[in-house]
Amino acid sequence: MSQSKGRFGVHGGQYIPETLMNAIIELENAYDHYKNDPDFNRELTELLDQYAGRPSRLYYAEKLTKELGGAKIYLKREDLNHTGSHKINNVLGQALLAKKMGKTRLIAETGAGQHGVATATAAALMGMECVVFMGEEDTRRQALNVYRMKLLGSEVVPVKTGTATLKDAVSEAMREWTTRIDDTHYCLGSVMGPHPFPTIVRDFQAVISRESRAQILEKEGRLPDAVIACVGGGSNAIGSFYHYIPDEGVRLIGCEAAGRGIDTFETAATVNTGRLGIFHGMKSYFCQDEYGQIAPVYSISAGLDYPGVGPEHAYLHDIGRAEYVPVTDDEAVNAFEYLSRVEGIIPAIESAHAVAYALKLAPTMDKDKIIIITISGRGDKDCAAIARYRGEDIYE
Amino acid sequence: MSNIRSAFNNGKAFIPFITCGDPDLETTAKVVRAAAENGADLIELGIPFSDPTAEGPVIQGANIRALKGGVTTDKIFDFVAKLRKDVKIPMVFMTYANVVFSYDAERFMARCCETGIGGIILPDLPFEEKGEFSAVAKQYGIDLISLIAPTSEDRIAMIAKEAEGFIYVVSSLGVTGVRSEIKTDLSHIVKLIRDNTSVPCAVGFGISTPEQAKKMAAVSDGAIVGSAIIKLLEKYGRDAAPYVGEYVRSMKDAVSSAE
Repeated sequence: MSQSKGRFGVHGGQYIPETLMNAIIELENAYDHYKNDPDFNRELTELLDQYAGRPSRLYYAEKLTKELGGAKIYLKREDLNHTGSHKINNVLGQALLAKKMGKTRLIAETGAGQHGVATATAAALMGMECVVFMGEEDTRRQALNVYRMKLLGSEVVPVKTGTATLKDAVSEAMREWTTRIDDTHYCLGSVMGPHPFPTIVRDFQAVISRESRAQILEKEGRLPDAVIACVGGGSNAIGSFYHYIPDEGVRLIGCEAAGRGIDTFETAATVNTGRLGIFHGMKSYFCQDEYGQIAPVYSISAGLDYPGVGPEHAYLHDIGRAEYVPVTDDEAVNAFEYLSRVEGIIPAIESAHAVAYALKLAPTMDKDKIIIITISGRGDKDCAAIARYRGEDIYE
Repeated sequence: MSNIRSAFNNGKAFIPFITCGDPDLETTAKVVRAAAENGADLIELGIPFSDPTAEGPVIQGANIRALKGGVTTDKIFDFVAKLRKDVKIPMVFMTYANVVFSYDAERFMARCCETGIGGIILPDLPFEEKGEFSAVAKQYGIDLISLIAPTSEDRIAMIAKEAEGFIYVVSSLGVTGVRSEIKTDLSHIVKLIRDNTSVPCAVGFGISTPEQAKKMAAVSDGAIVGSAIIKLLEKYGRDAAPYVGEYVRSMKDAVSSAE
C-alpha cells in the first residue's frame, strides 16, 4: 500500500524520481531527529544570533504611518540579517543539518540571488563545497549577486534551459541532485518542492513570526491586525505568518507578483491566476496551460518570478486563513522608491510588493490598528534594475 | 492487465523511446513504423512536458521542439488512434504527472484504453504517490510502470511486489542521456527484483551502443534507448525514419544475441 506524506490539505506530497526517494527519506529522518535535539538547536540559535544578527528588529515606521494616516505600521527587518535577507534563517538550519548528516557539498537554486548568496555564505562558514544554479536571465538581472557568490567560494552555473529563470534553476538543481546524492545536500530555498522541504523550510523561517509576535506584544501589548509579506515560493511569508495562524483575528496577506497585471500573460501571480497541478515535487497551484504545460511567468522581481507556490500557502488559501493579493511591477517599483524616500529603508524589490499592498491597505484602517510588513530583504541588489526600469542606464 | 507482457515473448526486448511531435507528428508516425518494422518489441511514446526534470539535454531538446511545433495531449491521442490501425506492437506513454493530472487522470486512462496504449511511465511519480493514479489506471486496464533506481536498495522489494507490465530499471544516477560507461551492479538489482516478482524488467538510461544494449539485456529482459534515437531525430529531422529503422535493427540484433 502506498502512502503519501507531507500533505497540506490536497497539496504537497513527494512527486520526485525514484532515484531521489531514499535521499528524501534520509533527510526526513535526520530532520525528525535533529529538530528536537537540544545540541542542534543550541548550535543553530548561536549561529542565528551571533552570525546572522538575530533577532531582527521590529521597527515602528512612524513617518510612514503618519504619511499614510491610517493603521500603525511596523516593519519586520529581515533586511538587516547577515547577507541581507531572510534566506539566511533557512540556510543556516539546512547547512547545519546537512553537516550533521555527513554531507560535504551543498547545491542550491536561486532567483534574485539572495538564497544563492546565503547558501554560499553558509558553505564558506562551514567549510562545505557549494554550487548554485541560477537562470541565465537572472545572472544578468542580478550580476552583483553572482559576483558575491563567487567571492564566497561558490561555483555559479547559469541555467540556459526554458525561460532561464528561477523555475529552470530549480529543475537543474534537482537534475544535479539525482546525479550526485551521497555527499550532496540540496539546500532548497523556499517552502516548496517535495516533502519534507516545505516543512523544514517553514520551521526554519518561523523564527520571523516567533520573534515578531513577542516583539509586538512587548511594544503594543496586543497582536497585529494584519501581517503582510511577499510570496514567490513563499518562505518569508510562511515564516511571517506561521505563529499567527491560530490567531484568527490576525489577517494574513501574501502579496504575489502580478508582473504587468493578472489579466496579462506576463504575470507570476500563482494563486490568482494558476490552478491545481503537480510540479517540482509537489501538488499545489501553478501557472500552466490547459494541457498542464508550465507557463513562462514574468515579474520584475527575480525572486518572485516562479510559476508555483508552496503547498502550505495553497492550503491556507483553500481554507480562507490567508489572502493572496496581486501586486504589479509598477506598484512595487513605486513602493520601492516610496519607502526609500520616506523611511530611508531601501527594500528588496520582492519585499516592495508587500510594501505596495500596505500602502493601499493602511489608509483604509483606523489609527488604532496595527500592520506588520515583513521587509524580507534589502534593495541594494535591485538599484541598477530599478534605475533601468525608470529609463536610467547605470553601471553596477 | 495490458498487452505489455507480450513484448517480452520474442527473446530479449528492445524498447525505443520517441517523443511525439518531434519535430512533427508525421515524422513521429514514420519513425514509429520504421522502429516496429525493424524489430522493436515495445514503443515508449513521450508526451512532451515543458519542464522535464528527469531528462538530460537531448530529450529536453526534443520536448521543446515538439511543444514549439504545437503538439498537445489531444493531438497525440488522435495520432495514436490513427497509428494503431497498422502498428500492432505494444505501446506505452512516458510523460510527467502534471500532463496526466491536468488532463484528468480518468479521462486520460480512458483514452489510453481506447487507443491501445498499454501502460504509462511517470518518472516524477514514486511508489508513495502512485495511489492517486493506479486505481483509475487499473479500472481501464492500463499498467502504471514502476521505476527502480540504483539508489532504491531497500525499496526494491516493495516496488517490485506491486509492479505491473514491466519494471523500468534506471541504469545509473542522474538524468537520461548517453553515457560512455554504466557502472551500477545491475545484476544485483535485477536479482532482488526477480526474488519478488515475475514481471519482466528492462534497463534504460545511458544506453546507446549495441554493445551496451547487449550487456544490459544479458542481465535483464531488455534494453530501453531514448537519447540515442532522439539524436538521430535531431540530426536528420523529418528524414530520420530510415536511420532510426537501421539503428533499431542493430540494437534488436544486439539484445537478441545476449544470453
